[in-house]
Amino acid sequence: MKAFLLYPDRDFDLELDLPPNEADLSSDLELDPLLLAMAGGDKFLLDVARRGLHSGLTIPAEIVYRQHVLADCIARPAVVRELYDVSLAAITGERKLFGWTFRDSPESVLYRARQVMQLYLDMFRRLRGIADAHAASFGSEGFTRFFAMLTEELADGYLAEVEAQLGELAFRRGTLISARLGPGAKGTGYVLRRHSEQGWRDRIPGLNKAGYTFFVPERDEAGMRALSDLTSRGLNSTSSALAQSADHVRSFFELLRAELGFYLSCLNLRDRLTAKAGPVCFPDPDSLVPAGAGPVRLSARGLYDASLALSLDDHQAVGNDLDADGRQLIMITGANQGGKSTFLRSVGQAYLMMQAGMFVPASSFAASVSTGVFTHFKREEDITMEMGKLDEELDRMSAIADQITPGGLLLCNESFASTNEREGSEIARQVIRALTEAGIRIVFVTHLYDLAERYYGQHDPATLFLRAERQPDGHRTFRLPAGEPLPTSYGQDLYQQVFGAPDQAQTARM
Amino acid sequence: MFRDLNLDQVFAAVASGRDEYDLMPYFAAPLRNVRAVQYRHEVQHDLADDALAKAVADFALAMREMRENLGLASRLRERYQKSRWFLDAARAYCAAVIALTDALTAIDPGSRGFAAFRRYLADYTRSEAFTGLTADVARVTSALDEVRYCVLIKGNRVRVTRYEGEADYSTEVRRTFAKFAERTVKDYRVGFRGRAEMDHVEARIVELVARLYPEAFQALDDFCTGHSGYLDETIRVFDREVQFYAAYRDFIAPMKAAGLEFCYPVMSASAKETNVRGAFDLALAAKLMPRAGAIVRNEFHLTGAERIFVVTGPNHGGKTTFARMFGQLHYLASLGYPVPAGEAALFLPDRVFTHFEREEDLATLRGKFEDELVRIKGVLDEATGDSVLVMNESFASTTLRDAARVGEQVLDQMTALGLLGVYVTFVDELASRNAACVSMVGTVVPENPAERTLKIVRKPADGLAYAAAIAGKYRLTYRQLKERLAR
Repeated sequence: MKAFLLYPDRDFDLELDLPPNEADLSSDLELDPLLLAMAGGDKFLLDVARRGLHSGLTIPAEIVYRQHVLADCIARPAVVRELYDVSLAAITGERKLFGWTFRDSPESVLYRARQVMQLYLDMFRRLRGIADAHAASFGSEGFTRFFAMLTEELADGYLAEVEAQLGELAFRRGTLISARLGPGAKGTGYVLRRHSEQGWRDRIPGLNKAGYTFFVPERDEAGMRALSDLTSRGLNSTSSALAQSADHVRSFFELLRAELGFYLSCLNLRDRLTAKAGPVCFPDPDSLVPAGAGPVRLSARGLYDASLALSLDDHQAVGNDLDADGRQLIMITGANQGGKSTFLRSVGQAYLMMQAGMFVPASSFAASVSTGVFTHFKREEDITMEMGKLDEELDRMSAIADQITPGGLLLCNESFASTNEREGSEIARQVIRALTEAGIRIVFVTHLYDLAERYYGQHDPATLFLRAERQPDGHRTFRLPAGEPLPTSYGQDLYQQVFGAPDQAQTARM
Repeated sequence: MFRDLNLDQVFAAVASGRDEYDLMPYFAAPLRNVRAVQYRHEVQHDLADDALAKAVADFALAMREMRENLGLASRLRERYQKSRWFLDAARAYCAAVIALTDALTAIDPGSRGFAAFRRYLADYTRSEAFTGLTADVARVTSALDEVRYCVLIKGNRVRVTRYEGEADYSTEVRRTFAKFAERTVKDYRVGFRGRAEMDHVEARIVELVARLYPEAFQALDDFCTGHSGYLDETIRVFDREVQFYAAYRDFIAPMKAAGLEFCYPVMSASAKETNVRGAFDLALAAKLMPRAGAIVRNEFHLTGAERIFVVTGPNHGGKTTFARMFGQLHYLASLGYPVPAGEAALFLPDRVFTHFEREEDLATLRGKFEDELVRIKGVLDEATGDSVLVMNESFASTTLRDAARVGEQVLDQMTALGLLGVYVTFVDELASRNAACVSMVGTVVPENPAERTLKIVRKPADGLAYAAAIAGKYRLTYRQLKERLAR
């Protein structure tokens, strides 16, 4: 029994490690506000939202599979919540059924497993009820398969058989066990046996089957313990099998809860974003492009930073248009606080969301999938020695090089700025060249004029230059139109804004 | 000597898990003639064959099982338990002997040691004593294996009957729940304490089973009285002796897999010409596992009148390791073992002596320098021209002048004896004391502190400054990245 609501052919793996750079992604792309909106105050949903967001699907068909399931959820949220509630009831109900002895014996395992299975039987019947009532109104492949599976696996006749078997496992005629002689002539190979049908001969002493009977005196505690030990051995594999079945059903309900939980968290986020009037759309995922095997796609309309949008009280986050089809390297220069970092984050978020099968914060978004999103952002940690800072940066880049693969997406925010411009540019050039040649896409925000200017001079059609906009009065639009790099980053503007006193000499030079 | 050369660690590791064979006396008995060394080399050449090594290991395992079974047979109290374990001991023994005989016949090892034992086994396994034993084991075992019975438990009532085809209820239950059986991880079967003893309920049940199946249990009783002294003495001795080889083989196998070379040294009892390549400290290699492949290997040779390596150089330059390695090679060679080197031609010494710097011993009431002098006198009195002497940082507790003067005298005495030795010292001028002395220098190549290269070479010290470009340090140059991403 499989829910298969996240993948057409496999479970949502809750044990899978998050990407090694999950912490970096989380802080660089400011994923927390996004995830908190998805969780809506539920710790469990926070966890599945985080795991779901980092799914990293690379096959467009798998992405579309989720998009369709999610579309069903958007259309019938009440039914989805009802299914979620049944799975939750199964899980919480099971937790209340404690075993009643401290030491797990096969008898206590069996006793508890019988109770648990009885509970699950009721939940199965509720699931069947939902399936019978609503299956027809769901159109996605995922839900269609799910409801069909419930109807088939939990047929009425089967549920009745389970109920009967649970009753028989009470052993009212005593426990019959067969054995052979093992090492040291001790009994071994205990197998639970069905009593043979009793005929008239069996009831008459002396005529029944050859054998010997003895009684363990009730006051012989060690003897009674030994007897219960023997019973345990006989019941061992049967009780284990039943407990395993109960486990399996529990994991079915747990997975069902997790998989539905992911979609519920998507519904939460959608509610929050649309309440802010932020557009969302299902992106158009394109296949992975192997290195040098053709142009990669990346274009968007109205792409914005969802976390920023969620934290803005009144005004809407600024959306950007991006036309970077066929571009391996996007180099972004321009005004300080001109929206460059925000833009990087919006690209990173959209990629993660697209490859999680979610909608994205944009009015349209089409892109080739990536094999992984990586961030290399300038860190504000207080490292006093300049050398130490560069070391730290290079160390992080080296860790990325260990993990990133062809088809990866690297978002750099002022990388290699912790040394002088000449050295920083040289290191950056070597890194960019090696990575882009290996089929990795890079979006590089930089103040290294030496670096940006030299790339601009190469007129490579696979490189796109964007520049944070600044109007003649120094006002920033937070938009990033295409534009060549300029030798200064308008730090003076900010200086003016903060200190209010215009510095004549510098303004004149600009 | 073992402790100075870290051979105590080596032998403890070699013998670990093999306490029952008591191998230490073998390690303490070096060989004195080259033919005996060659005899052992031959045996180990045979054992290099994985098939033979496996046969020997299987034999050892089976014999260990036999001893455990015998232990149970003598320790347990219930009558049928004792006799059943005795039967199993005999069964393990028969299986061990037959499997080993078959393997030796098939492999037909060429060493004198194995060939003689193979002939012995061939005769023994054809003897009436052995064939009778195996036949009885098989007959009694199969009779007992056929016993099947049922126990019906209801409350405190227990009924024991023969098993007569009652249906398996557990599979029935499984069938019903089969659809939920996939992907389950946790096994709920309770692990029962595998106690060898029977409780009185079990004992009572077995008694009743014996009454249901009297012939099988009578045969068991007869077996025990008939075969009380089945174990052959020669086979028992082989079981222990072969562990001397197997233990060392198992000890060095992972190191060989890690890329370290071992070789059978060419031994001489007369020529002191020495030629060794790719030698390393075995104790250190064991400690570095599984990354021992990077261990420093050294080469050295002595020709003509050369007898003594005088090792100088900076601290932590691998001098002590070199000295230990030199001593280890000679001692291991004298046990007939392959030595930790790629290639080695060695002199077979009569004894290996060491003189290492010691912590001050308050009990002797002597100063450290005096204590050292007393010890070196003792060594030089006992040593002969055929000995090996390894001296490490001797006389470091006194002034440079004293250390030089005493060192000269000791070196002269060593030279006069004509023995082979290593003399590790901080006194540079000792390196060229006389024609018997060969100067070796420890070098430090500080490329990457993580991969220290500590070679001892026949040339003066030289320091290599190494400063990598900062990007290179993180393997982020264009070239390095291309390589990394090409994986």
